[in-house]
Amino acid sequence: MKFKSKPAFVPYLLWIALFVIAPIGLVLYYSMLDLNGEFTLVNYKNFFTSAYLTMTLTSFWYAFIITFFTLLISYPTAYLLTKTKHKHLWLMLIIIPSWINLLLKTYAFIGIFGLYGPVNALMKIVGFDPTQILFTDFSFVFVAVYIFIPFMIIPIFNALDKMNPSLIYAARDLGASPLTTFRRVIFPLTIEGVKSGIQVTFIPALSLFMITRLIAGNKVITLGTAIEQQFLVAQNWGMGSTIAVFLILSMFAIMLFTRTKKKGGRV
Amino acid sequence: MRSQLTTSAKVFLAIVFVILYAPIFYLIFYSFNSGGSMGSFEGFTLEHYQAVFDDNRLLVILINTVIVALLSALIATIIGTLGAVGIVSLKDNKLRNIVLSLNNILIVSPDVVIGASFLILFTMIGVKLGFTSVLISHIAFSIPIVVLMVLPKILEMNTNLIDAALDLGANRRDVLTRVIVPYIKPGILAGFFMALTYSLDDFAVTFFVTGNGFSTLSVEIYSMARAGISLTVNAISGLVFIVTIAIVVMYYFITMRSKKTEGSIQ
Amino acid sequence: MKSLIQIMLTIVIVCGLLSFAASRLEAGSSAGGKGTLVVYNWGEYIDPALINQFEKETGIKVIYETYDSNEAMLTKIRQGGTSYDVVVPSEYTIETMIKEDLLIEINHSKISNLKNIDPFFLDLPFDPKNKYSIPYFWGTVGVVYNPNKIPEYLTFESWDDLWDPALKDKVFLVDGAREVIGMGLNSLGYSLNSRNDKELREAVEKLKQLNGNVKAIIGDEITPLMINNEATVAVTFSGQAADMMFENEELNYAVPSEGSNLWFDNMVIPKTSANVEGAHKFINFMLDAEVAAQNTDYVGYAIPNKAAWELLDDEVVNDERFYPREESRTNLEVYENLGLELLGKYNEYFLEFKMSLK
Repeated sequence: MKFKSKPAFVPYLLWIALFVIAPIGLVLYYSMLDLNGEFTLVNYKNFFTSAYLTMTLTSFWYAFIITFFTLLISYPTAYLLTKTKHKHLWLMLIIIPSWINLLLKTYAFIGIFGLYGPVNALMKIVGFDPTQILFTDFSFVFVAVYIFIPFMIIPIFNALDKMNPSLIYAARDLGASPLTTFRRVIFPLTIEGVKSGIQVTFIPALSLFMITRLIAGNKVITLGTAIEQQFLVAQNWGMGSTIAVFLILSMFAIMLFTRTKKKGGRV
Repeated sequence: MRSQLTTSAKVFLAIVFVILYAPIFYLIFYSFNSGGSMGSFEGFTLEHYQAVFDDNRLLVILINTVIVALLSALIATIIGTLGAVGIVSLKDNKLRNIVLSLNNILIVSPDVVIGASFLILFTMIGVKLGFTSVLISHIAFSIPIVVLMVLPKILEMNTNLIDAALDLGANRRDVLTRVIVPYIKPGILAGFFMALTYSLDDFAVTFFVTGNGFSTLSVEIYSMARAGISLTVNAISGLVFIVTIAIVVMYYFITMRSKKTEGSIQ
Repeated sequence: MKSLIQIMLTIVIVCGLLSFAASRLEAGSSAGGKGTLVVYNWGEYIDPALINQFEKETGIKVIYETYDSNEAMLTKIRQGGTSYDVVVPSEYTIETMIKEDLLIEINHSKISNLKNIDPFFLDLPFDPKNKYSIPYFWGTVGVVYNPNKIPEYLTFESWDDLWDPALKDKVFLVDGAREVIGMGLNSLGYSLNSRNDKELREAVEKLKQLNGNVKAIIGDEITPLMINNEATVAVTFSGQAADMMFENEELNYAVPSEGSNLWFDNMVIPKTSANVEGAHKFINFMLDAEVAAQNTDYVGYAIPNKAAWELLDDEVVNDERFYPREESRTNLEVYENLGLELLGKYNEYFLEFKMSLK
């Protein structure tokens, strides 16, 4: 498109310069300092020890699982929401829970999943023995998915909401099965929303930290946890920054995979 | 297309909602607990609600939290929306991808890193720590989420519309306010709400950049963890939750009614 | 577009009204007069009624800010930009702060209530002659457990009880490198301040054998879990153990005899203080026997204030689990500041241990 509006773009560019480039500069600078404040590349060398590489893989793996399940639940939810009568109200009701403090909700989950919590009480009625659900992979992924669901639903909802229904009718009239309609018509039209949802889930999921301790009992260790420990416990800002640099690099890699190719110069 | 939802669809939605609200009802349930903590319910009491209104400090903190959240989300939404429009209008594909990657850096960076580097930044420039520094930081870390929420709406927009408007002699301002913004409004609102979420949830960044007596609810709750989170916090969250729901539902039906009476769709 | 502008205006108006309300609330609570005092402390680590009492007695308005870890607090103090008058760090952080010249020497002539403190808690290695810090609360690291849910022979007289096969999937550890590695060192009879790599290595290898027993490594969240009988055995701080036992009477607390950590949270005045006079008044106020007694009632941690002990229930003060007698304190060690390099090593070993858990 021919549209351009330079002055309106300025605050955003200013933000990038001040709050993205400058902090990243700081992080890069710190990543090259050792504990005595001297220039060194030893942090980078240390990163390539097996511990951190394993951790990077674990982080990716969990982020992938979390994103997968979030999408699996959010897409149908968003789709069904667009069919309800008061769809915008329902959408708001999806967002509101995310405004209650996360630490409090996490404590609530500790209670809910607990041995004497409601979930186990329910299991008992159904006839299962009470089991400790906390501190397992399941509880970790569950709570993480819980956190990201609204972030995934909204962009998908927005994409579905404005879709022209006559397209679907047309496809149906032409004899397409519901599955084909979805695959060939609905999904391609919502792909931008899905991509946006995946980005706002996968990227922060890489650096999850609080619930790795509260819900997973430190049995899941992600890059986010490691950075927090380096900054706040070991007081080794150099090593912490180095891990952060790699985290940012992995994010760049993901952006490469999910980038919009064909739309070049469209607007 | 007012197709009725099937029963299984309703059940699915119901389960999603029950799960989303389960921890919140759990919190509210225990705010009536006369025992000291969540977990074992001893008896019904309203003393924690009484405590909320007796504690001026906590009320001030709550108000601060809401002000920072609303203002930062508002400003972040404005900057982020204009940013998203700007990003899409970049012709160079490579440049556009670079800007987008830069955009996402703050989302991937752990809060400790953001908080620590913002703190260094603010003390370097000489910004007084307190309301201003917290507000600026919240705006800063909310902008990328706004961009990500607005971007897909712009991308799916029919560009012919804009070109047509421009050809018809509309100036850039008009195109922005009359064509683009109305079309991407759902994305803008989504960005605003998600920015609110980011702001209300943030602990680490606020902790580092706050000072001079300014505090938010998150900072307060996290630092209570060592000696035990008091149920007063449950009570205050319960109140906030109820009030929010009431406002949203009321607002929704008022706008619905006025729309019906005016007989127009916006 | 019109509706968006409406929303914007509403938000701005709401914010204006809210900030007006906040300023009214703040004006109502301020005592006015001789300036303000900023106290920086852990959350819920003081009885709020005492702050009001102090404000009334002195006319100084107290601003209470909170933190959740020594290290995060230290970063804020180092970086400046905001002034704190009284801070309550743990002993190893005080050592660092003294070394980095972040603290003001305390004028003992203004702390007349210092005489109330038991001499055992004064003149300790981390701050000789208490030049910079005055004791606030203190305690130990030990094992809190539910005797009804584990075999009777497990009394945690020894750390080795944690390795007992009967505790499969039952042990919770505190999320702290010094505490966990220290526990490993103690159980082998080494000092928890060990600087010897061989000893550390040995401790980690021993810890790794805890694998099947460790259910989780968590922080403060252990309190609700123990209270609700979700967890059976936990290595934690005495202050938290006291909280748990207050809520759940089945629980017991033991400090293993091989040795453990003795910790202190002391009050200090940072260099950035803008009201040094008021800070001294506040510290002296907190040392008053009645004030200290009321505070420990509220917070639940052990106080070093012997004048206040007289005012507390005998049951509390004579509870050797939380007020260990002097003879049994000999096995307890205070953390030494090991320096960042060694601290880093402790952390690496702790990480190695965590990652070995399955």
